[in-house]
Amino acid sequence: MSLVGHQAPPIFRRGPAPLVRLILLVSICLAMLVADIKYRYLDVLRQGLSVVTYPLQMAAAAPADVVRNASRYFATLLEVQLENADLRRQVLDAAQLLLRFEHLQRENEALRSLVDMSRRVPVRSVSAEILYNAPDPFARKVILDRGAQHGIEAGLAVVDAHGVIGQVTRVYPVQAEVTLLTDKNQAIAVESLRTGLRGVLFGTGQGKLEMRFVLAGADIRAGDELITSGLDGVFLPGLPVATVSSVEREGQAFAVIACEPAAGVENSVQVLVLGRAELPPAPPAELTQAESAPRSR
Amino acid sequence: MQPTNRSSRILLPVKLWFIWFSLIAALGVSYIPTGRLPGVPDWVAMVLAFWCIREPLRVGMGTAFVFGLLVDIGHGAAMGQHALAYVVLAYLTTWLSRRVLWFSPLEQALHVLPVLLLAQLLMVVARLAAGAEFPGWWYFLSSFTAAALWVPLTFLLLLPQYQPVDRDDNRPI
Repeated sequence: MSLVGHQAPPIFRRGPAPLVRLILLVSICLAMLVADIKYRYLDVLRQGLSVVTYPLQMAAAAPADVVRNASRYFATLLEVQLENADLRRQVLDAAQLLLRFEHLQRENEALRSLVDMSRRVPVRSVSAEILYNAPDPFARKVILDRGAQHGIEAGLAVVDAHGVIGQVTRVYPVQAEVTLLTDKNQAIAVESLRTGLRGVLFGTGQGKLEMRFVLAGADIRAGDELITSGLDGVFLPGLPVATVSSVEREGQAFAVIACEPAAGVENSVQVLVLGRAELPPAPPAELTQAESAPRSR
Repeated sequence: MQPTNRSSRILLPVKLWFIWFSLIAALGVSYIPTGRLPGVPDWVAMVLAFWCIREPLRVGMGTAFVFGLLVDIGHGAAMGQHALAYVVLAYLTTWLSRRVLWFSPLEQALHVLPVLLLAQLLMVVARLAAGAEFPGWWYFLSSFTAAALWVPLTFLLLLPQYQPVDRDDNRPI
């Protein structure tokens, strides 16, 4: 090994020159960046090496756990009693709805079988807790305390008590990484609860959401609630996502629709990971052919 | 005036296990979840820069690459993002190594600051090119806190190399 900016005589030279090594390593890094971000080829390597870093990560997370648990330990009796009363009231409300829901579900199944429609896919869910924000400052991600061992898979939806907060993007053995809806690279298929107008919701990166590619003349206004449409085949249909906060239609083909997330996307703690128990059936062959065929007249 | 290395103490040679221990400890500290708190220094980059300056024959771009990958995995960042920054950091600090040691620790921090900033800038450019969100100017604050912590870090990492000060009149050193 020789020092940078200093050429050793040939008999002392060990290995390639520093500049050569720099160029070699930088090109390896650039290749890895492209392979990881664009094609996601390196997830196997990431999983493998995460076994090495995992004990260190657990040890490092311990101080954060202590701080979290300490605040819980020192909660006053009054606070706990108030919270308990609040939770009892919520359980009562939820139980009412649940009774009606079960009745409606049975009725729905009976009606669906009458008209020979396919049955709704069963849903499975795992409850989890958000451990901390992922340290990567370039993305909006959080880490869950449940992972592959608890049945979590990449692509599942993550909801809190008020609506969708994001999607599982990476799964480790006992942890999972969730990309929040407000991340710039996250999109979700939605529809308007009032009109059934479909669209795609994107994160803008500043804690806000934006519905894109909706024509300026479309029937949408501030205050409309948006729910998942389920068209993406990933999210279950009907989960609340956001509320439209403002619509601008001036001078463009598409309206600029700003939305506020319905759930506490960046501050919820207890969440539920929801997914379909099986993949939705593939679309019929003739339909896909008709869609993909070039439109010639 | 010709700058001179003012330290009058003669250091013991560094033990290899201590270099690795300090790097792994820095990695562990960098894994402590701090959320979106701005200005948390990049501990691994600091310790790497320190050893690249002090021991350029033992710690170099290869070590920087491996530790960069480990940081990428622990932080959930893009693979190769920190590795790229650390390799360039190691190259530049090795290049500076024979100059920097002639200065006092405070002036050394001034040498290290632009290198740390450049490493952060490389990460920002790499991620923005891939379409990520700009993390805000507060992101660069961590280089300044790292430079401010350079003096205590130097003291801490040199501690095992200091000899006990016992004056002996019969011994020349």
